[in-house]
Amino acid sequence: MADEIAKEYDVIVLGTGLTECILSGVLSVKGKKVLHIDRNDHYGGEAASVNLETLYKKYGNYAQGTEPWKEYGRLNDWNIDLVPKFLMSSGELTKILVSTDVTRYLEFKQVAGSFVQQGSGSKATVAKVPSDAAEALRSPLMGLFEKRRMKNFIEWIGQFDIKDSATHKGLDMSSCTMKDVYDKFGLEAPTKDFIGHAMALYQTDAYLDVPGGAPEAIEHIRLYGNSVARYGKSPYIYPLYGLGELPQGFARLSAIYGGTYMLNTNVDELVYENGKAVGIKATMTGVEPEMKFETRAKMILGDPSYFPDKVKVVGHVLRAICILKHPIPNTSDSDSCQLIIPQSQVGRKNDIYVASVSSAHNVCPKNYWIAIVSTIAETSANHHLELAPGIERLGKIEEQFMGPPIPIYEPIEDGTKDNIFISKSYDASSHFESTTDDVRDIYRRLAGEELVVEGLREGIQVTSEE
Amino acid sequence: MADSGNAPKPSSSVKLVLLGEAAVGKSSLVLRFVNNDFQENKEPTIGAAFLTQKCNLPTRTIKFEIWDTAGQERFASLAPMYYRNAQAALVVYDLTKPTSLVKAKHWVAELQRQASPGIVIALVGNKLDLTNDEAGSGGDGESPGVDGEGDARKVTTDEAKTYADEEGLLFFETSAKTGYNVTEVFTAIANAIPETSLKTARGPGAAHAAARSEEQRVNLNGARDQNAKDGCAC
Repeated sequence: MADEIAKEYDVIVLGTGLTECILSGVLSVKGKKVLHIDRNDHYGGEAASVNLETLYKKYGNYAQGTEPWKEYGRLNDWNIDLVPKFLMSSGELTKILVSTDVTRYLEFKQVAGSFVQQGSGSKATVAKVPSDAAEALRSPLMGLFEKRRMKNFIEWIGQFDIKDSATHKGLDMSSCTMKDVYDKFGLEAPTKDFIGHAMALYQTDAYLDVPGGAPEAIEHIRLYGNSVARYGKSPYIYPLYGLGELPQGFARLSAIYGGTYMLNTNVDELVYENGKAVGIKATMTGVEPEMKFETRAKMILGDPSYFPDKVKVVGHVLRAICILKHPIPNTSDSDSCQLIIPQSQVGRKNDIYVASVSSAHNVCPKNYWIAIVSTIAETSANHHLELAPGIERLGKIEEQFMGPPIPIYEPIEDGTKDNIFISKSYDASSHFESTTDDVRDIYRRLAGEELVVEGLREGIQVTSEE
Repeated sequence: MADSGNAPKPSSSVKLVLLGEAAVGKSSLVLRFVNNDFQENKEPTIGAAFLTQKCNLPTRTIKFEIWDTAGQERFASLAPMYYRNAQAALVVYDLTKPTSLVKAKHWVAELQRQASPGIVIALVGNKLDLTNDEAGSGGDGESPGVDGEGDARKVTTDEAKTYADEEGLLFFETSAKTGYNVTEVFTAIANAIPETSLKTARGPGAAHAAARSEEQRVNLNGARDQNAKDGCAC
């Protein structure tokens, strides 16, 4: 078996998270010889989808000798995401999926609703995020006059053209802030809140005061609007059987283009020459006898867990995975939804996200819902209290899984010095736009050029005969 | 036969997965079935994402979506996605190589564990052209001298057939090289798929995706694929 491993690869990839699998797929399509390794016996790394037994065992919240997962229907019907995210239907990940034809292996469904909370505690209102002028006029989130202002704002966003200063409302786009734009339209604080956090999807208010930052925020709002317009109900889509399907799809793409895949394989040592990584020593387990091997590569890329001394912690995510037997209250009985609680509504600096999916997406048996509440930790204790505003929205909870704060890692160096290119941990954001930013960033670092996804499929010969 | 069909027959997509040891001829069988072609000394599979081929039955048309392992079976790294919703599987061994049957039995067990309960599995002994059996006579399976002249058979028909019967598998011996029995395998699979488990075409290109409970499904490829894939003549 060991003789099937080549002496040298162009790239060795460590970890089968989504970022790594997209890069493997793209590099393989571009003709690079890829060896892709994971220490686990499954794909997906930190971003896998797991069944209920695995989840109980991961969090350890059950009594020894009991098997509580057996009360919840067929085990294989559960595909619970460890990292909750949705795809923007006009977003970057969707474009990559289409341009690589990975859509052939996956089926997607709309997420039924996108909601935002105004106020807190017993006075909280949960309402649909308005996505066009007509919805703005019907929205309970605003008073009569504010609705008109919001309508004007949304219409202006649609007409805005960065190149045409006549559409800039007399503002200097190179220096004005998004706050200046909101003020131009006279929008009130609660409206700014849901625009910035539930449409532009910023996680904090830092974006408000960035000089020259308005065009980016406008772009984000347009992405939201375009994504809603694509299928109608919400800007989000979600793959049947859970997010764990995404890395598997890109791994298959890589394999089809010659990528070699090894699970159950531990990296024993990174081999360096003159300060540059040139290969690995590794052991594949789960086979008799264990297979030790050594191979070389021009570069190595991987997730932070494979390079503990080359990454730093930049924050912590708090996350609670909850099993429900009902939809989230006040979301029109949605089979799935995103509920965003903007930070200022509940006296925080970071938003709280609640993502919910159900049997409609083949992630659990009928009559169950999975709701994941997450935010960035702002304290060093009382993490339950930080998530409480989100948990409060769920109604009765059958089972709750919450572990210690999850560190978010970033690479210390960009990899050009030692040929080791490391991805970032998945952040707390509600969608994959930051993940695809990281993919582009890593690609730029290792290939020295921009990743162009348009036209990638032209290089793909699909042997299809009908 | 001649149902002079103006009314189109119902058409269903069936996901079929290929399994078996490396170099037993999985891709060659499919190439023979799809393109009626055979390549000597074919390189290990690269770049074949997904082959499709229609199989016309008297009352309906089955469109096979054939998934190749893409080599991911080599180090036991096939993803669950591969088995997901597979309605049929072709488990291939090389009848000149006994270890490949052992491996085939492993894959059958894996399918019984991971795949949908109703999956139709066909066990296929390939490379019949390397044996003394007269391809076409079906062979009696009791080839005498294993090392006999020109006969490289090392797995008897009886041995494999008995195993297939025990596990409830369809069983065929084929030659991708001569084409012997290849279409028969796929036709038998098509016939064995229960009517009830058939749904209308899925995935991109599915113009009339079944109405029930499918209303929120989205086709990311949008209009482009509709043009490219629909209405392709067989």
